[in-house]
Amino acid sequence: MDFAAITLWFLLEKVILIAAIIGLSFFVAMYTTLAERKVAGWMQDRMGPNRAGPFGILQPLADGGKLFFKEEIIPVTSNRILFLLGPALAMIVALVTSTVIPWGAPVVTTTGTIALQVTDVDMGILIVFSVVSVGVYGIMIGGWASNNKFSLLAAIRGASQMVSYELPMSLALIAILFMTGSLKMSEIVLYQINHGWNIVYQPLGFLLFFICALAECNRTPFDLPEAENELNFGYHQEYSSMKLGFYLFAEYINMFVSSAVMATLFLGGYDIPFVNEAAWGLSPWVYSLLSFGVLMAKVSFLLFVFIWIRWTIPRFRYDQLMNLGWKKMIPLALFNMLLSAAILLWLKS
Amino acid sequence: MTEQHIKLPAGSIEKTTTTLNLGPTHPATHGVMQNILELDGERIVSADQTIGYIHRAFEKIAERRPLAQITTLTDRLNYCSSPLNNMGWHMTCEKLLGVQTPKRVDYLRVIVMELARIADHLICNSIMGVDAGAYTGFLYVMQFRELIYEIYEEICGARLTTNMGRIGGFERDFSPLAFEKLEKFLAEYPKALKEFEDMFQRNRIFMDRTMGVGGISAERALNYGFTGPNLRAAGVDYDVRVQNPYSSYQDFDFTIPVGTTGDCYDRWLVREQEMWQSLSIIRQAYQKVQSFKGAEASVYHADTPAYYLPAKEDVYTKMEALIYHFKIIMGETEIPAGEVYHSIEAGNGELGFYLISDGGRAPYRLHFRRPCFIYYQAYEELIKGSMLSDAIMTMSSLNLIAGEMDA
Repeated sequence: MDFAAITLWFLLEKVILIAAIIGLSFFVAMYTTLAERKVAGWMQDRMGPNRAGPFGILQPLADGGKLFFKEEIIPVTSNRILFLLGPALAMIVALVTSTVIPWGAPVVTTTGTIALQVTDVDMGILIVFSVVSVGVYGIMIGGWASNNKFSLLAAIRGASQMVSYELPMSLALIAILFMTGSLKMSEIVLYQINHGWNIVYQPLGFLLFFICALAECNRTPFDLPEAENELNFGYHQEYSSMKLGFYLFAEYINMFVSSAVMATLFLGGYDIPFVNEAAWGLSPWVYSLLSFGVLMAKVSFLLFVFIWIRWTIPRFRYDQLMNLGWKKMIPLALFNMLLSAAILLWLKS
Repeated sequence: MTEQHIKLPAGSIEKTTTTLNLGPTHPATHGVMQNILELDGERIVSADQTIGYIHRAFEKIAERRPLAQITTLTDRLNYCSSPLNNMGWHMTCEKLLGVQTPKRVDYLRVIVMELARIADHLICNSIMGVDAGAYTGFLYVMQFRELIYEIYEEICGARLTTNMGRIGGFERDFSPLAFEKLEKFLAEYPKALKEFEDMFQRNRIFMDRTMGVGGISAERALNYGFTGPNLRAAGVDYDVRVQNPYSSYQDFDFTIPVGTTGDCYDRWLVREQEMWQSLSIIRQAYQKVQSFKGAEASVYHADTPAYYLPAKEDVYTKMEALIYHFKIIMGETEIPAGEVYHSIEAGNGELGFYLISDGGRAPYRLHFRRPCFIYYQAYEELIKGSMLSDAIMTMSSLNLIAGEMDA
């Protein structure tokens, strides 16, 4: 990187962008909790939260406020440092993953270009994967440090689940990389703007990626680490106050970020399908905001699917989860990868 | 900073298994019961069950109570289907006293009992869904249990611990509103039950979670003394309603669903099919109740003045009625000496009442044959070698209710 290019303006721009993205992550996570309860209510023929503010829109604030004022209990038999590290790690990891996602079309002005992306490094999507792999430590450390057997069981479940499902996830991704030829998130989006969405070329890849994303976010049917009926809410059983809130929040931020990643990789990112919006002659800021809105619409839809699945189907058993991961998902992902490679070679020759 | 060590009990380093206390306050135990599991990873090596956390000495309390006051104790056995227990107890008393109930009372009782059976099975099957992680089905059918509870409310004024009926019949006739609510339930429920079935019956994950889990052979089930849906799931067509009809069950046309493997999935299916059968029985009973004409159409209790509270105006004007009123209220009615056993097909299986009377005001000895107590003995055999999640599924599919287990 060219360090000479770093000016005060550049730093300011990035700081504002980072603050905005963190704020956005928190905001979306907060309102996903509300959406989760509202959608659940809708599916279960009941109202959902409707007391705090009109239609319950202040409910997330009430929940957060409650968690802040709760008494904080740290078990005496726990390992204090690790106990505090667990939720912090979960939260940090959840927030870091959003750095490489292009949140909208770059703003091209006469004085320069402002990318709506914190950093567009060459290894792009690999950053997401490497950071997500660290995420498992949040669960493992929390479960271990609590010194509770239920938490420990949950931590073991969580660790093996996340490690197993990262493999088919990466394999599904490789097929995408064959096509786009770049790891850069911005280039993947540009490729889709020019060639059409990746989901059209990679339907199986998208399905595999989506299932793995469910598993990575510990969502039903893969919510084994926090199976409330077996393990009493699993790894965060001993946590209280905002530490519990961090775990819960990190889960929703993970959902948000993985939806954004999926939207970027498979659903064309900030692209509006079937039209060439860049040719409309909109002013740069309006165009960028519009593209950001389009991305958020896609993310919202994916979040809704996450919630929809959660309130519809039961969860797997531990061994069934492993069987599905190793015996079905990985072979399918490998098949998808080889098939994509073969077709691409055939098209080129 | 003070150093903090994780304190381990002696011998726990060398041990290769983990001891896990499942209960008494675990969300999946649906009540208070304890399982001390030895786990090898997630596999269950052995299980040790403890009961007695809500033992309330009902059998001992019953030895000091007049018959009518024991009804309230039966409410608290299997509280998911209190009216069934109430009716079973009344029939036991009638057997001891030699009371013949009119047909209309029998049919009204059948309506109430089958409603209670539906409520019981509904809870069990939907809770299995909850324990498998699918919460929606449970809340979805809950509103139809609410319809059943509203019918109870209309009949006796209570919802959960109903204390419904009296020795010889009911305390009052069913109101027109009760029949209206019953019609509403009969009209709306089948659609909901069908939808509930669609959610689970062919759901791949649910089938994977329940098939081959917690299975028991017919022979082992009989050896343990299994009855009810849990025995029928193992393939034995034993149903007290057919083998030993009470309350005019011989007048009804219904089939007994049986399973083959006795696993969680079969238990689920048997309960599901029994709900359809119960619906058909309720329809038949309601038709029969409507077919009564003239004076018969308003009969709602047998002629048992010594056990049936007289009307208030009679108490003030007639001497006989005043005496009966006094004796019933004070619980000083002498009951005949004798020994009876009566069992009914309760939601969970054969609920038996073994009543010995030496002629006093209260039973000499009363024993409840509680199906849950019997199922729980087999629990270790059912879950040994399976995963922790299977243990939870097995527990909810046996419909273990702590209130019935401990009495």
